[in-house]
Amino acid sequence: MRPFQYTKAETAQAALQAQATQTSYLGGGTNLVDLMKEDVARPERLIDVSSLQYDQVSSNENGGLSLGAMMSNAETANHVDIRKKYPLLSMAMLSAATPQIRNMATNGGNLLQRTRCPYFFETSMPCNKREPGSGCGARNGMNALHAIFGYSDSCIATHPSDMCVALAAIGAQVEVIGENGKSRKIDFSDFHRLPGDQPEKDTVLEAGELITAIHLDAPVFADNYYYLKIRERSSYAFALISVAAGFQLNGGTITKAGLAMGGVAHKPWKLREAEKFLKGKAPKLEHFEQAAEIEMAEAKPFKDNEYKVEMGKKAIVRALTQAYERTA
Amino acid sequence: MKEFDHWDEQEHADLTEDEKQILDDLGLQGSTRRKFLKQVSAASLSLWAASTFSSTLLAHPMKETPTKPAFLQNEVAVSFSVNGETHQLNLDSRTSLLDALREHLGLTGSKKGCDHGQCGACTVMINGKRKLSCLTLAATCESHEVTTIEGLAKNGNMHPMQQAFLKHDGFQCGYCTPGQICSSVALLKEAEEGEASYVTEDFRKISSNLELSEEEIRERMSGNICRCGAYNNIVQAFREVHSGKEEMPSWEFATEEQMKKAKNA
Ligand SMILES: Cc1cc2nc3c(=O)[nH]c(=O)nc-3n(C[C@H](O)[C@H](O)[C@H](O)COP(=O)(O)OP(=O)(O)OC[C@H]3O[C@@H](n4cnc5c(N)ncnc54)[C@H](O)[C@@H]3O)c2cc1C
Ligand code: SF4
Ligand code: FES
Ligand code: FES
Repeated sequence: MRPFQYTKAETAQAALQAQATQTSYLGGGTNLVDLMKEDVARPERLIDVSSLQYDQVSSNENGGLSLGAMMSNAETANHVDIRKKYPLLSMAMLSAATPQIRNMATNGGNLLQRTRCPYFFETSMPCNKREPGSGCGARNGMNALHAIFGYSDSCIATHPSDMCVALAAIGAQVEVIGENGKSRKIDFSDFHRLPGDQPEKDTVLEAGELITAIHLDAPVFADNYYYLKIRERSSYAFALISVAAGFQLNGGTITKAGLAMGGVAHKPWKLREAEKFLKGKAPKLEHFEQAAEIEMAEAKPFKDNEYKVEMGKKAIVRALTQAYERTA
Repeated sequence: MKEFDHWDEQEHADLTEDEKQILDDLGLQGSTRRKFLKQVSAASLSLWAASTFSSTLLAHPMKETPTKPAFLQNEVAVSFSVNGETHQLNLDSRTSLLDALREHLGLTGSKKGCDHGQCGACTVMINGKRKLSCLTLAATCESHEVTTIEGLAKNGNMHPMQQAFLKHDGFQCGYCTPGQICSSVALLKEAEEGEASYVTEDFRKISSNLELSEEEIRERMSGNICRCGAYNNIVQAFREVHSGKEEMPSWEFATEEQMKKAKNA
C-alpha cells in the first residue's frame, strides 16, 4: 500500500475544509482499504468520516425515513422501523456480504463501492475505469459477470451493491454537502451514472462532496416485497443477477410497483417498463411473465453473459411471485 | 487396562517439548493429563492451546516483541484497549488492526488468511461487534475496545464456545478457529438482540432471543471460511452453546473394549 496521511474528522466542516485533490473519505473501509491494498486506489490523504454524527434514522419531509450516511449497514438493515416499513430494503441489505462486513460498511460507502469487474482489480490489465484511456479488458475478454444494459464502448462493468437495487425500487434521494458547506439532494435514479465515455466517474458527485443522508420516500411495499439474489453459492457472494420487487395491492389490482435489477448495468437498473405494465393489473403469473418479457427484450449480452437474459426473465417472475406470496 | 495405558503413553511420547510444557503449565499431571489428552488430539494441542488461552495464563508471549522500526511513514499515535488492557502505539498510518495485534502486540491468535475481507480468519470484536481486523486501519481504532480470541478465556477458564469447539472437534488445522470462535461469540449476542438475517422468515415481527435453525447458523457464520471443512462440527458446537442443551458429538472415543479388540485384531 502506498503511504498516506490519516486524519479523523470530528465535524463535517473539518472534513470538508480538509478537502484537497488526492484525498478520499474513509467510511468503513471495506472497499477503499481493499482497493488501496490492491494499488487500485491511491489516495495521498484519508479523512476518516466514520464517526461524524450522521448515524441515525430519522423522519423526513417526504413522509419517509432518512438514513444517516455513517450508520452501518447492519444497524440500518436491523433497525426496527426499517424492518417494519421498508422490509425490501432490509432484505436486500441482509443479503449483502457477511455480518462482519455489514457491521463495518456504512450507508454512504455502500453507495460508492466500486465495481467488482476483475479487470478493474488487476492492475496489470487495461481498464478505462481504473486508468482512463487504457482500454477495456472485459469487452473482448471474460465478460460473464458484465452488463447487458446501458453499457458503452469504454466500459461494460456492473454496479455491485444490493442496497442500491432496493433503493432504486423504493425511491430515495441522496443528500450531500459540498466544499462551500451547502447541501443538495440528488434523486436516487440520477445518482449513479452510465459509463458513457467517462467510466471512471461512477456517480454525479462533485469532487469533495460528502454524503450525509439517504432520504427514503414514504413507506411502500411493506406487505408485498422480495429481494431475490442469484449467486454462485447460496451465501456470501455478489449477485450474478438480483431483483428487488415490491408492489401495493388494492382490491386485487396492483396500484404501484417498484422493480429494479442488480448485476445487469453500470447502475442499479430500474425496470420502468415492467413497473408501468403492472400498474392496474392483477398480480398473476402471466402478467409477471409479460412484464419480464417487456423489460428483457432490450438486453444486449456479450459472448459470456448471454445466460443473464433468460436468468433475468426468470428472476423477475420469481421475485414478483415471492412478493405476492408474502401478502399477510 | 495395561494396554490402554500403553496406548496413552504412545500418544504422550508424540508430544513435543513445547506441548509437554503446555500441559505442565496447565497443571495437568498423571491421570488428569491422560484424561485431558483423550479429549484433545495431540496434533491440535499446541495450536489449540496457543490460540485459546490467554497468553498470560500460559506465560507464552512471543519471545521477541518486534522492535519499533527506525522510521515510520505518516506516523499516527493511537490508543485503544485490547482485551481490557490499554495500549498506546505509534504506527505507520497503513497498519491494519490485524497487523497491529499480531506484529506490535504479539497477539497472534487472530489469523491473516486472505487480508482482503474474504475469509473471516481475522475476525475480532470492536466495541462488541464482530468486524474484520484486516480491513480495519489501526488508526481508526482510537479509544475503541477490541476483543480477540486471547481475551475470551476468563481467569483461566475457557469461554463456553471455546470448550464447545474442543468438544465437538470444530477444527482440523485450527487456522480459522480463532475467527470462527470470535464470530460465534458475537453471534450469541446478535441472536439475543433479535438481529435478522437474509434467511429469517418474517423479520417484520421483531423478536429478541431468536432461536437459530441450522440454516440460520450457516448463513450467519458464512463469513468465516474453513478450508478444512469443519463446518458440521462448528454448527454443532454453536448449537450446544446457543441452546444450552448438550449436543451429541458426531464422533466418540473408542472404549477400552474396542481398543483391545483393535489391538488384537
Ligand atoms: C468480501 C466482500 C464481499 C462483499 N459482498 C457484497 C455483496 O454481496 N453485496 C454488496 O452490496 N456489497 C458487498 N460488499 C461491499 C460492501 O458492501 C462495501 O464495501 C461497503 O458497503 C462499502 O462501505 P464502506 O463504508 O466500507 O466504504 P469505504 O470502503 O469506506 O468507502 C467506499 C467509497 O466511498 C467513499 N465514501 C465513504 N463514505 C463516504 C461519504 N459519507 N461521503 C462521500 N464519500 C464516501 C470512500 O471515499 C470510497 O471511495 C462486499 C465487500 C467485501 C469486502
Ligand atoms: S468493464 Fe469497465 S471496469 Fe471492467 S475492464 Fe472494462 S473499463 Fe474496466
Ligand atoms: S484475513 Fe481478514 S478476512 Fe481474510
Ligand atoms: S480448521 Fe483448518 S481452516 Fe478451519
